[in-house]
Amino acid sequence: MSNAGTLTVTTPSDTEIVLTRVFDAPRHLVFAALTKPELLKRWFGARGWDLVDCQVDLRVGGAWRFVSRGPDGMDMGQRGVYREIMPPDRLVYTEVFDDQSYPGETLITTVLVEQHGRTTMTSTVRYATQEGRDIVLSYPMARGVGESYDRLAELLSTESTGS
Amino acid sequence: MASDVLDVTFAALADPTRRAILARLARGEASVMELAEPFAMTQPAVSKHLKVLERAGLISRGRDAQRRPCRLEARPLKAATDWLENYRQYWEESFQRLDTLLDELKAMDNTDRQAEGHS
Repeated sequence: MSNAGTLTVTTPSDTEIVLTRVFDAPRHLVFAALTKPELLKRWFGARGWDLVDCQVDLRVGGAWRFVSRGPDGMDMGQRGVYREIMPPDRLVYTEVFDDQSYPGETLITTVLVEQHGRTTMTSTVRYATQEGRDIVLSYPMARGVGESYDRLAELLSTESTGS
Repeated sequence: MASDVLDVTFAALADPTRRAILARLARGEASVMELAEPFAMTQPAVSKHLKVLERAGLISRGRDAQRRPCRLEARPLKAATDWLENYRQYWEESFQRLDTLLDELKAMDNTDRQAEGHS
């Protein structure tokens, strides 16, 4: 079992959220999990939210499109454009939600640093406005999603023993 | 909690000096003069930070006209950290799914390398 770190979330400025997390895997695998639809579908989302549609045109200027379905059957779409693609250590892209209630595009910069086979991921999420950042901080709660934390982890471990 | 109140709280917390002032006040109340000392700041500069913190409801000032001691008010701070913690927990859950996936990818990667090594 992985002995990975826990996620740290900080707000270094009015418009940013920074997520830092250590994964017990080399960075080329983390990069793949961040950019390949068949892999993204297996981990992206929580509390009963799953990716039901995932399209990735992994080129600078290429578009991505995710649709997540919640535990109550509600769909939530998000999309954006890749700005920088430098495997295996750097990915920059924009993000907009279909039903976004705050103005502007969000810019996400993800940097992967590998040391002794472990990867530290730092994702800086920069919102166009402070209002946007603060609304997003409230999202998981505002969406009233459930607590099925481990349901999909269980499903994945079942799948991995089967394959 | 209304998001405009949250805005003011997060804005107040965004400054490292203000966070240091809050950390100092977590150990007990202090006057402007007492707060200015360790930060090597002038009293007006500290007062400016205190006004922002007071407006955000993160501190209150005593009635004593001379000293007006500052006191940490925990409630808005807790509301702000609760929001952050909820966000963190959501992504931590998602990243735990990623851990499971990465374990599997690593095993496949090693198998591939071994196969290459033997060929």
